[in-house]
Amino acid sequence: MDLLSNKWIINLLVCLFFIGVSCNSVEKKIYVHLNYTVSCVRLLNATHQIGCQSSLSGNVGVLHVLESEENLDWVLHSGPNPPYMVILESPLFTRSVMMKLKNGSSRVAGVAVVAPNTNPAEGFSPHTTCPNENTGVYSETYDPTMANCNMTVWNPLGNGLSYEEFDFPIFSLKDDNDTQIIRQCYLDHNHAVNGSTPQYPLCAMQLYSHMSAVTDTATCMRRNAINFSLNPEMVCDPLGDQNVWASTRPLNNTAKGHKMWESVVIAAARLDSRSFFFDIAPGAESGVSGFVTLLAAAHALRNATQEAQPNRTILYTFFQGETFDYIGSSRMVYDMENNQFAVDLDNVHSVLEIGQVGLRADSKLWLHTDPVSRRNESVNKEVEELIGNLRSAATGLNVTVDVPRFSQPLPPSSFQRFLRARPIPGVVLEDHQSAYTNKFYGSMYDNAENLNVSYPPNLTPEEQLEYITDTARAVTEVATMVARALYRQARGEESQLSSIKADPQIVTKMLYSFLVRSNNSWFQQLLPSDFTSYLANRPPNFYVGVVQQSSEPTLLVQYLLANLTGGTVNITQDNCKNQREDETDKVSKHMYNYMWVQGAAPPNSTERGGYCVRSTVRVSKALSPAFDLQQYTSKNFSTWTESRWKFIKGRIFLVASHELEMLTLGVGVGVLLSSLLLTYIISSKADILFSSGREPTNATY
Amino acid sequence: MTASVFFGCTFIAFGPAIALFLFTIAREPLRVIFLIAGAFFWLVSLLLSSLVWFISVQISNKESAVQQKGLLIFGVVLSVLLQETFRFAYYKLLKKANEGLLALSQEETMPISIRQLAYVSGLGFGFMSGAFSVVNILADSVGPGTVGIHGDSQHYFLSSAFMTMAIILLHMFWGVVFFDACEKQRWWAVAAVIISHLVVSCLTFQNPEYVTSLVPTYIILFLMGIWAFYTAGGSLRNLKLCLTCKDKDFLLANHRPR
Repeated sequence: MDLLSNKWIINLLVCLFFIGVSCNSVEKKIYVHLNYTVSCVRLLNATHQIGCQSSLSGNVGVLHVLESEENLDWVLHSGPNPPYMVILESPLFTRSVMMKLKNGSSRVAGVAVVAPNTNPAEGFSPHTTCPNENTGVYSETYDPTMANCNMTVWNPLGNGLSYEEFDFPIFSLKDDNDTQIIRQCYLDHNHAVNGSTPQYPLCAMQLYSHMSAVTDTATCMRRNAINFSLNPEMVCDPLGDQNVWASTRPLNNTAKGHKMWESVVIAAARLDSRSFFFDIAPGAESGVSGFVTLLAAAHALRNATQEAQPNRTILYTFFQGETFDYIGSSRMVYDMENNQFAVDLDNVHSVLEIGQVGLRADSKLWLHTDPVSRRNESVNKEVEELIGNLRSAATGLNVTVDVPRFSQPLPPSSFQRFLRARPIPGVVLEDHQSAYTNKFYGSMYDNAENLNVSYPPNLTPEEQLEYITDTARAVTEVATMVARALYRQARGEESQLSSIKADPQIVTKMLYSFLVRSNNSWFQQLLPSDFTSYLANRPPNFYVGVVQQSSEPTLLVQYLLANLTGGTVNITQDNCKNQREDETDKVSKHMYNYMWVQGAAPPNSTERGGYCVRSTVRVSKALSPAFDLQQYTSKNFSTWTESRWKFIKGRIFLVASHELEMLTLGVGVGVLLSSLLLTYIISSKADILFSSGREPTNATY
Repeated sequence: MTASVFFGCTFIAFGPAIALFLFTIAREPLRVIFLIAGAFFWLVSLLLSSLVWFISVQISNKESAVQQKGLLIFGVVLSVLLQETFRFAYYKLLKKANEGLLALSQEETMPISIRQLAYVSGLGFGFMSGAFSVVNILADSVGPGTVGIHGDSQHYFLSSAFMTMAIILLHMFWGVVFFDACEKQRWWAVAAVIISHLVVSCLTFQNPEYVTSLVPTYIILFLMGIWAFYTAGGSLRNLKLCLTCKDKDFLLANHRPR
């Protein structure tokens, strides 16, 4: 009984402790914390730093909702309570406003941009006008007339904001109730009516996004290597992830280097994208359209390449990190040159890259080629053959292909890194003739709405998954064309050609999963059970991220590619996880990759029936060679790193005037001094003051 | 609200208490010990009353605001009664300790009189009470924001500091009056102390109308101060003597420890 009552008391106390712990209520009276905090972060490369920085204790500024560009005068010159925290509605988030704020940054504490719910009508692209201009193939030595976009400006709407450096924090707010609180606070306390100055207390906001790294990659990598304490503090990490690749014929992945008699046609696409803010990168037209087309083409080719293997092997490659100076493709080319990859550059016959193919005006697709390498007759012949294959593959489909004028250079594409190594014949498939048709390249508006992926109202998520949109149909046509062209390029049997068709059901499911919502029944079947936590009720984020952290799309594409190009094998889970077909098998792991996925639940039970997928899907590291070679100021390779930070958060509150604060301090000091004085006087006169009623000293009173 | 408000409010709240401690208590180790013990007794009383309140809140209906307000009033009243009970308990303990100290020490006279003990214990109660009233508010005053975004009054920090100063001084005066009343068995005086403590605590329910809570508190402070002055042996004649004799007894050299 004693033990029981003791235990009961202890349990009660512990439970009460956990129930009773709550936030400090004085803090709740003062601060309103921002729930959704997305900020721009600092990225560094070989020469400089870009992005935003706040001070170590956060930047505090009086709120000001900017009404127009002329209203900037209040913030920069005439407002009486600097520094200001400027709230921008999205039409005002332009280069001219941001540059003016940057120049007046002693009076600007930070910027918060309210992201609208629908895309703006005119385009917006914070990327540069010439993406990846220094790490492509066009340089002064290759062809000076084409270097630095002298001939064609690929992204004319680009305002370069993503590549500027700001010394105040810039956050993005959603247009919801929290932002309404901020606007209301501004209207209640800060709004200057009819030219009168607003009275204290004023509404203010504090934003924390202190970045640890400074200057450039070489500096921050040097600081990473300092070993003063037991817990060395890292300040930055290189960007990178993994490339996903698969082949139609199994290649021995353990034997790296040149493979005799292998002739490989590379079909490439890129996975990643970026925007001005950290970790928001919907990348619909710039990334998703390309790799979904390639995935659909790979699926369409599965049966044909299994029944009658074409002469050449088709290598499907999905590169990560292409937005940041071609991290993935430069690494793959480097590995091929140094015999670290399953094949090498001598094995590569030609390259077909799928670029941005989602926005086809007049259903036209453009086949871009490199005029400089085509000056060589043999290369030109191969390129002409590839173009011919593409044209003939497009017959009978709702796709028209055309070539832009001969002297136009290649758009920014992974193929340029292959050309830097040696002149290989190749074509880049795009939906624009010269400048991008994508009005939102490299911005957070490059989402499903940009690709016109829309569903009828009142559909459940599962119904939306299966609904075939017009965009899906268009992408399917492109995928069929790509598949047939690849098959012909790989010297496959002509008779199989007409049976190669991409499946619009698969395409629409992929578009739904990558643009609207990744947590759906189809993806849940494709992944193993430990990775289902990656699925969320929103589209995946295509920012490449740091190399230590694997990004969601790499994983999803890996398992999706295995499902679409591989087959089920009937082996146990244990064998599957150990990459073998049975206990004695030691060779299959070199040629194939085995993945155990959780599969679907049969209708009458909740237990999912898992199975093993055998495919040729592999991943290869996509980290820039500059980091392995420790050439942090390299001009040849990407040197992008991302700074580390402790936390990113924001809160709003009222601030009192400086005079009131000083008055409080003055009153406090006055009270202290006067009480010291009074006490000194009283205690020195104590025997006189408290003398009456005093009895002889030896009484115990 | 930044460092200036933090220091301002700290000085307002603890200024008189620090001054009293520095000039009257810090030199005498025995007084320091009894001060800390007094503070501890107040802490125990707070612990008990908060335990009772906490349990009663857990078993009550959390949604009903009226019930919560009622529980708060009950908690305050209980806390006041417990504090005064512990003051009485400390008085009893000190009486016993005094006899023991007298037995131990070689001198014939008491090292510390009960009047001094009353003052020191009251100040100890005051220090701990002030600390618990205001320290968490001071901690939040360091940040850049001030109270008000949800519509509360701006003068929260300042009025909390002034209230705390009043409470610390009041505890000191109550200590003096209480011990003297217990010595002379004047129970009506004890009752008056308890009632004035209840009144001051319940006045805080007037917040955020800080004027209606602070002004009466300061009036009660003034009155209690006068009572404690007379109880401690002061009189109007002594006061006049002090104020007019500016040429004598100004130096600390004449100050004799009591």
